[in-house]
Amino acid sequence: MEKIYTRTKTIQEDKVSGFCPGCMHSTVIKLIGEVLEEMDLVDKAVCVQGIGCCGLHMDYIAYDDITTPHGRACASATGIKRTNPESLVFTYQGDGDFASIGLAESVSAANRGENITVIFINNGIYGMTGGQLSPTTLIGMKATTAPKGRNAEEHGYPIHMCELLNQLKAPYYLERTSCNTPANVNKTKNAIRKAFQAQMDGKGFTMVEIVTGCPTNWGMDALQSLDFIEQKMLPEYPLGVVRDRSKEEV
Amino acid sequence: MARVFMKGTEAVAEAAVRAGCRFFAGYPITPQNEVPEYLSRRLPEVGGVFIQGESEVASVSMVYGAAAAGTRSMTSSSSPGISLKSEGISYCAAARIPMVYANFARGGPGVGSIQPAQQDYLQATKASGNGGFRMPVLAPATVQEAVDLTVKAFDWADRDRTPVLILADGVIGTMMEPVVLPEMKSDEEVAAIKESKRSWACVGHKLDYAHRSWIEPGQWSTAKMQECNEKAAAMYKAWEKEAMVEEYQLEDAEIVLTAYGISGRIAKSAVNLLRAEGVRAGLIRPITVFPFPAAAYDHIDYGKARAVLDVEMSIPALFVEDVQAAVKGRCPIETCLCSGGNIMSREAVLAAAKKIMEG
Repeated sequence: MEKIYTRTKTIQEDKVSGFCPGCMHSTVIKLIGEVLEEMDLVDKAVCVQGIGCCGLHMDYIAYDDITTPHGRACASATGIKRTNPESLVFTYQGDGDFASIGLAESVSAANRGENITVIFINNGIYGMTGGQLSPTTLIGMKATTAPKGRNAEEHGYPIHMCELLNQLKAPYYLERTSCNTPANVNKTKNAIRKAFQAQMDGKGFTMVEIVTGCPTNWGMDALQSLDFIEQKMLPEYPLGVVRDRSKEEV
Repeated sequence: MARVFMKGTEAVAEAAVRAGCRFFAGYPITPQNEVPEYLSRRLPEVGGVFIQGESEVASVSMVYGAAAAGTRSMTSSSSPGISLKSEGISYCAAARIPMVYANFARGGPGVGSIQPAQQDYLQATKASGNGGFRMPVLAPATVQEAVDLTVKAFDWADRDRTPVLILADGVIGTMMEPVVLPEMKSDEEVAAIKESKRSWACVGHKLDYAHRSWIEPGQWSTAKMQECNEKAAAMYKAWEKEAMVEEYQLEDAEIVLTAYGISGRIAKSAVNLLRAEGVRAGLIRPITVFPFPAAAYDHIDYGKARAVLDVEMSIPALFVEDVQAAVKGRCPIETCLCSGGNIMSREAVLAAAKKIMEG
């Protein structure tokens, strides 16, 4: 019988994922690995990971990985890429890392047009620390540090990183995707491929924001979290390409 | 090598380039701005990278990345900025990433004053970040020594995969002196240093689970975390025999001045003046303040010495804590202190020494 699907070699065979049921980190990690393999970039890949649940995959991936201080992934990626331009350098960060504690590093790296790729996992909550308010938590959504739910008067509004970075001239490619349906999973994979290709072509800063769920801290089961993404998250965080400089090139 | 006349900050920067440093990221703060300014034009000339980071926090994380990817890398700052760098320094120590940073210290605490001071001693030598790590801390007393120690810092950092701190101050940084610069490492030598780190550097490896680069500034396994700390502690212990110190006129000293960095230099000139007046003075000037050269204090003839005089540009006295531990109560310890960005005056040191001798 013909084998038509196999697990990416970038995930170690004898290891198990540390993610909760219904978590989409494992989906995204798989997609990154598949793209690296398909593009023959595994031996050039450097994952620069933030702090939080995004660090749970470091034990089972098979390519180079560095853990950076909370929020500083874009700064460390800058140091690696500038001194090793032939490497494929991508950060892997959650919303607390990328949009809160690392906001200065994120915006500054994008503004410098660093030739790195950001894989930004936006699930609107702090996962590993147990469900605290994040900059991307939806209005009305409960968090352990906002027990009555986020309200704009006290906490401000959800921050939209794609649109925020789109204010800058330098970024080359910004797209928001999700992994809540098979079609969106495929779109996410294509976006990651496009971003990696742009980096290898030396085009500059690329980011794929992936809207995902956190069933554990949202207090839902996996299927409910898929509905929540569709009904609540995506209206706040509309999917699509926000910036694509390749369209401007002749 | 020809002697050149250079400012301390620029001499340290040039020495770093000659030692093979090819990446620098930093953020403006007085009194060390000439380091980033100099390197912003110098590094591109040798194929290196200079970045003005968006903050000290970002700059040190850039250095963490560049150094983890195998390039000799450096950052510099002054006291309040050094506090901000403590996050990244702790990560470098934990992940065993070789890097060098310099503190051209100024007054503190808080924003303090922009003039020279030695208020950062405990931070530099005891806790430059969370987690109880140690690192070599080199304290130059002249621009020449700052140059020589910069080269040593890079070699030490690479040999033991550790951060190394050059603990200078605003005097060393802003003073101009004649210096002999080290030989410039060739492009081939610089490339060879980077290549020697290829096995662990985070730059991409063939699909091979066992040999991938995995830069871990922490451990999920508590057993492994303890093992890392045990290995590090053994390394810190081994450094004790590498302590560097200047011992001057100790043999018959009735009063022993002790100081580091610029205070050490001022104290030495006070020793010369005291000797000229017939006072038997000596000096212990630690060059590494970690590892601390405690053994040097065993060379004092406690049968003759009336007191040890601790001279430092810090109020309260901080360096004195290491001196006390080394003297072990064998004679009284007096202090001669200034703070707030005021530079230690030789007259104050002389007066303090004479008071002890007359007392």
